[in-house]
Amino acid sequence: MSENIKVSIRNLYKIFGADPKAALKHVLDGMSKADLLKQHRHVLGLRDINVDMREGEITVIMGLSGSGKSTLIRHLNRLIEPTSGEVRVDGEDVLAYDEEQLRNLRREVMSMVFQKFALLPHKTVAENAATTLKVRGVAKRDYLVEADKWLDRVGLHGYGNHYPHQLSGGMQQRVGIARALTSNSPIMLMDEAFSALDPLIRTDMQDLLLELQTELHKTIVFITHDLDEALKLADHLVILKDGYIVQQGEPQHILLNPNDPYIEDFVSDINRARVLRVRSIMTPLDGQPVPPDAHGEVDHDDTLESMIARSGGDTSHRFIVMRDGVPEGTLDMTNLVKALVPRVASDASTRRN
Amino acid sequence: MATYDFLFNSLGLRDWCDAGKSGEATLSMADLLAKAGGKTETTLFNLPFPSLDELNKACAAFAKSRDVTKGVEDAFLAAKGALRFVLDPLTQPLSWMLEFALATFEATPWWIMMPLLALVVYFASRSMRLVGFVMACLVFLAFVDHYDHAMQTLAIIFVCAFLCVLFGVPIGIAMSRNDRLQRMTIPILDMLQTLPSFVYLIPLIFLFSVTEPKLYGIAIILYAIVPVIRLTDLGIRLVDKDVIEAADSFGMTDRQKLFGVQIPLALPNIMAGVNQTIMMSLAMVVIASLVSAPGLGVLVLRGIRNLELGVGLVSGLGIVLLAVILDRVTKAALNRVNAAQQH
Ligand SMILES: Nc1ncnc2c1ncn2[C@@H]1O[C@H](COP(=O)(O)OP(=O)(O)OP(=O)(O)O)[C@@H](O)[C@H]1O
Ligand SMILES: [Mg+2]
Repeated sequence: MSENIKVSIRNLYKIFGADPKAALKHVLDGMSKADLLKQHRHVLGLRDINVDMREGEITVIMGLSGSGKSTLIRHLNRLIEPTSGEVRVDGEDVLAYDEEQLRNLRREVMSMVFQKFALLPHKTVAENAATTLKVRGVAKRDYLVEADKWLDRVGLHGYGNHYPHQLSGGMQQRVGIARALTSNSPIMLMDEAFSALDPLIRTDMQDLLLELQTELHKTIVFITHDLDEALKLADHLVILKDGYIVQQGEPQHILLNPNDPYIEDFVSDINRARVLRVRSIMTPLDGQPVPPDAHGEVDHDDTLESMIARSGGDTSHRFIVMRDGVPEGTLDMTNLVKALVPRVASDASTRRN
Repeated sequence: MATYDFLFNSLGLRDWCDAGKSGEATLSMADLLAKAGGKTETTLFNLPFPSLDELNKACAAFAKSRDVTKGVEDAFLAAKGALRFVLDPLTQPLSWMLEFALATFEATPWWIMMPLLALVVYFASRSMRLVGFVMACLVFLAFVDHYDHAMQTLAIIFVCAFLCVLFGVPIGIAMSRNDRLQRMTIPILDMLQTLPSFVYLIPLIFLFSVTEPKLYGIAIILYAIVPVIRLTDLGIRLVDKDVIEAADSFGMTDRQKLFGVQIPLALPNIMAGVNQTIMMSLAMVVIASLVSAPGLGVLVLRGIRNLELGVGLVSGLGIVLLAVILDRVTKAALNRVNAAQQH
């Protein structure tokens, strides 16, 4: 994974209302979202957002309804104009773009997938998938070839001549993804792209996305309000609440070290054994020799669930964690069991003792 | 003595009132009747409203209400020259189009016209049943010798509805993109829609000569253009916001968005507007036969004027049949558009 920062957001503020500039002053002075709404009739959309999105990574933005996720992602291609702040793509200030440059950015650099699919109902699936090319003025002969290629890739071979309403929701969203892929843009914006789908289809689509990603290495900004989805997809997780970032970082890290009750609430409900990876809870070797009494070797990306199965529930076992065939650390099953208990609960129990 | 004399006397305006009086003013019918019938005592119960005429009786300085209508008429006649100068050349093409369409429809023999119409109906609706129904109606009309009149009516509707769409759709699009324009246009549309259809004819009769086809052409267009404007505006405003956002996010230009997304998605509404426009054209073309519009309306009018019951009823039935035909065909076309873009 490259270390290149593809998109960078700096000190971004967004206030909805008649006079956002005036309201911004209050926000900078520390007024809360609720007070701003009550006293000045302005909605605080985003407050002081700073995010770096690395090239080739999936950045997931998570938060409850109304936390400003959609608002944030729409700043990247300026479907929404910020009240103040900076958005840089490949080091260029997007906010300084004129109309022509902005159009170019939307056509060549970023493509978007929508929660409600937003397909053109009067166009065939192939025409829909080719929208991004048609907009650029590519000839019909060429764009249909390209669209068919991507429709095949997302599993819609032979559906090119259907109309969107003849397809199921999951298939429609595949068209949505094909449409974004056809544009061949390095950045993909996905606003709750899978939220309208039922759970099984949703898992399929997540797998499809990850599979495509191993091959295409796009910079993806993915929005969701579902933590399981976020943990499955995210290389970098950003958690939003009431328009500000509560915590961001490596998802496993956030899971193990939530820094806010809001996040603790969020993470307390998930199946930690299935989400946490061995690498996140192992004890690094740090030059020490490999202990001789280990019960075997495990991969650093294995889930804790698979470890429990493997040890047969015996907490006295100890494993050697391997990364690319090299020993990297050790894993005590007692540590594993501890990691399964969310921090809130463990805090409470220590307090009682 | 008039009822309101006391008012001017008590205000000390008697001199002012009588100043302009020169002998006896022209007598109105009411005056004569009053003279003939002798005076009745004014009590509180038959106290007349202090209208212009009533006040004029007490004080000659007040105008009579017939002076008001006269004033309006004079003002209109004064402006007529200028209006004619501008409107006449502008609307002349309408006369030509109507004359041309009427001549063409008349000149085309029935055995070409009927298959041609059948073809049009088929392409609009893709329904053989509807083609059969339309043909049956036309054959019936032709059989009772109303074919020529029906074709004249159709020709006029054809031209007027075409022009309504030609102007109405762009106006509707402009309205949908500009809130101020919408606010300004809606009262005008309301007025056009609520004015009784006869009232359109009055100023037009003064402006243009009754022998010119554009006279009824303008009346029909003004009356029938309203729904297509309204529904185009509405249709474009109702286009799914998500789809518009998607169009923006892919970098569509305004043009691409208008022709590639907004108009196609608004088409069901626009077509509903066209349907209503055609129906209203038909309603107006009947009334317009008062000002020399040819067609079935002339026969209806003859039925009324000469109390020829049969003529009036048969041509009335012809109009009903035309209405049903036009409605069915446009609705069928509309349904096809709807079916193509259900979600
Ligand atoms: N155009 C607007 N005018 C006023 N307030 C707005 C506007 N758009 C969004 N908001 C407000 O900004 C906040 C964030 O909205 P946003 O749509 O970004 O939330 P979200 O996280 O995407 O929620 P959801 O999960 O429901 O999509 C909300 O409080 C919303 O009311
Ligand atoms: Mg949203």
